Amino acid sequence: MTIEVLMPALSPTMTEGNLAKWHKGVGDKVEPGDVIAEIETDKATMEVEAVDEGVIGKILIEEGAQSVAVNTPIAVLLEEGESEGDIGAVSAEADEPAPVDIPCVPQSSDSSAPAVAASTAAQVEGKAIADRDILYAQGQVLEPPPFDEAAFFSKTTEEVTVREALRDAMAEEMRSDDTVFVMGEEVAEYQGAYKVTQGLLDEFGDKRVVDTPITEHGFAGLGVGAAFNGLKPIIEFMTWNFAMQAIDQIINSAGKTLYMAGGQMGCPIVFRGPNGAASRVGAQHSQDYASWYAHVPGLKVVAPWSGADAKGLLKAAIRDPNPVIFLENEILYGQSFEVPTDEDYIIPIGRAKIERTGSDVTIVAYSIMVGKALEAAEKLAAQGIDAEVINLRTIRPLDRYTIIESVKKTNRIVSVEEGWPYAGIGSEIAALCMEHAFDYLDAPVKRVCAADVPMPYAANLERLALPQSDEIVHAAKEVCYAD
Amino acid sequence: MAAKKSDGKKGKAHLRSVSNSAPEPTAQDMKAFYREMLLIRRFEEKAGQLYGMGLIGGFCHLYIGQEAVVTGIQSVQEEQDSIVTAYRDHGHMLACGMDPKGVMAELTGRKGGYSLGKGGSMHMFSREKNFYGGHGIVGAQVPIGTGLAFAHKYKGDDGIAVAYMGDGASNQGQVAESYNMAALWKLPVLYVIENNKYGMGTSTARHAAGDLYRRGEGYGIPGEQVDGMDVFTVRNAARQAIDYVRGGNGPYILEMMTYRYRGHSMSDPAKYRTKEEVAQFKDEHDPLLLIKSMMDKAGIKEDEIKAIDKDIKEIVNEAAQFAQESPEPDESELWTDVLKPVEE
Repeated sequence: MTIEVLMPALSPTMTEGNLAKWHKGVGDKVEPGDVIAEIETDKATMEVEAVDEGVIGKILIEEGAQSVAVNTPIAVLLEEGESEGDIGAVSAEADEPAPVDIPCVPQSSDSSAPAVAASTAAQVEGKAIADRDILYAQGQVLEPPPFDEAAFFSKTTEEVTVREALRDAMAEEMRSDDTVFVMGEEVAEYQGAYKVTQGLLDEFGDKRVVDTPITEHGFAGLGVGAAFNGLKPIIEFMTWNFAMQAIDQIINSAGKTLYMAGGQMGCPIVFRGPNGAASRVGAQHSQDYASWYAHVPGLKVVAPWSGADAKGLLKAAIRDPNPVIFLENEILYGQSFEVPTDEDYIIPIGRAKIERTGSDVTIVAYSIMVGKALEAAEKLAAQGIDAEVINLRTIRPLDRYTIIESVKKTNRIVSVEEGWPYAGIGSEIAALCMEHAFDYLDAPVKRVCAADVPMPYAANLERLALPQSDEIVHAAKEVCYAD
Repeated sequence: MAAKKSDGKKGKAHLRSVSNSAPEPTAQDMKAFYREMLLIRRFEEKAGQLYGMGLIGGFCHLYIGQEAVVTGIQSVQEEQDSIVTAYRDHGHMLACGMDPKGVMAELTGRKGGYSLGKGGSMHMFSREKNFYGGHGIVGAQVPIGTGLAFAHKYKGDDGIAVAYMGDGASNQGQVAESYNMAALWKLPVLYVIENNKYGMGTSTARHAAGDLYRRGEGYGIPGEQVDGMDVFTVRNAARQAIDYVRGGNGPYILEMMTYRYRGHSMSDPAKYRTKEEVAQFKDEHDPLLLIKSMMDKAGIKEDEIKAIDKDIKEIVNEAAQFAQESPEPDESELWTDVLKPVEE
């Protein structure tokens, strides 16, 4: 069977081109890789190489032809033992669909895919499907994973700092799984820039507690490679501000590979460190990255407030088979909380906690702002307003259910975050309430955020830039029309 | 070749002298290498053809001309070793034994592709073959490869990682960061720079100061420049480098002097180089012509070679056919594989 040589496309957007020159003529022998013609478009010219071996039997499109449609047969190649007589009637008309007659390229080139209509999990065969993740991605409101938190608090607890709770979480997981290791700047001999990894080097040695050079992009990528190859790295960034050097590895390599591999790979890794403002460290060291990472499918984003959050969520993050962004807070490190001592105290990622029940207004917050929200709730109580405070704990996947159920009860909501307002977590919560609780709202959603400016250094300006409890009180009263 | 052309028998080693006790290639080696390189060549030509027909979309970076590099290196790797590369990756996948059908079907974005059609030309993986991609961001695969090596050392599995990069990628900051950590911690990683003379359209003369194989010197990493068009030279250099790496001595850099015949990607007309330059490589340094002449001298019969040619043609045609007959992924696949389910 003779072989048709087709007008090739230089790019997916090219539809036609000019046949500038023939390098081979009828009767010439060609081998794969031989340049047989030149084609040009308004942007470029390119050589056409033969893919098959044979003899040029017929030129269908002459040199100089303009606007030849892609996939039009331009020549016929005779294989061994064939002659001109074997060339069938070939249409060289550009506007007719090209009859693809190459033996190795059958005509059934396309659209043999059965149209699969819906997109629910049950229709995907032969693969473990997490219904919850898919439904979440499709924007649904789902009950959070079950968790009997009170049962753990009714057993023994101890008062520890957030710093110690984080360390204990890592130590417990490192004891039970020797593929877990921690790596970052000053995590080992210095015992942690903020002493979060204190004592780990002594217990686990320098194989598993690894000091790195100041090279965030490199060690974040190294962690991703180690996770691909069977380990469970905990990568500490001295602060999340420095992780901007590494953000390509976090998003493109850690976050997307499972999808790009059709589920074959996986990147069980925790990136952790202090996030947000500390105290007067200026614009480059004071930023909340929650909305940055929460934007990305393939990542989970966690932001603990209390010591119990820190321990229970970090253990969950280390055990999670996906990349988890773990946003701590430097100011919280030294604060003490009651933490359950049970090593099975593991808070499911994706479940918020109602820290204070109330009936008049819902206040949602995460990380350090949970404390500010509780402070505001006390002030509001003194003024006769009963606020419900939700500690989000996880930013992605967000516990939409707990937020919506609360709004159905209070009919009013204020979101509080340390990040900037534009495209922030509060914006997401406002959208969520519009989509799922519009008929329940008695007032527009109110956002309390950082001022939309880089963080100033001056003490008075820094205080003005960050949300304070009085602003939360003010916002809550606004949505209650109480002023 | 470049001014620093080395015939490999006297590889330009730094910080270490290369002993050259490589065995002479056998007829069996020649046939095996010819077959492997021809598979890559014919596969890529077919991919180019399917691209031209609109069956492959997006970016498509062909490996034609560089076949000897990955073929030679892969031949001396062990089963437990891992491989990672950038986006000119079809050759690497074929060389490590991935199924041409699955690779081609990924190029056409079909269900039968290695990533179920969700990755494309630049993003394929095989856990089974320890092939870790397939990465689209220039240089990002280098710290990942360093991390693969970190895990080999951590687990003590006697594996090494081979991290491939182009001459363009070698300028990335994360490559320097990787060299530093790999040398500091003596990680078992072989860095292979495939110097095809152009980082997209910018020649090495215009983008790289100094010699790329010497970029590890400051970290104490030995480097060597090798004729990457001769598969046996590549193999010999790789064998020594891999022995060094597997021996616990830390990383090693091989700069493979090679050439890509096609543009950077399918849509690149490659006007930044002369036709004479391309022709010179094709005529005088082509890895397939080179091995064919060796086979000829070794007395391997024409019909044996023809049989290989025929076999490869069939494999590639089958792959092309499969890649077109395999259906597009189910629409439900849009939502899968974003996250792994958490075990309760």
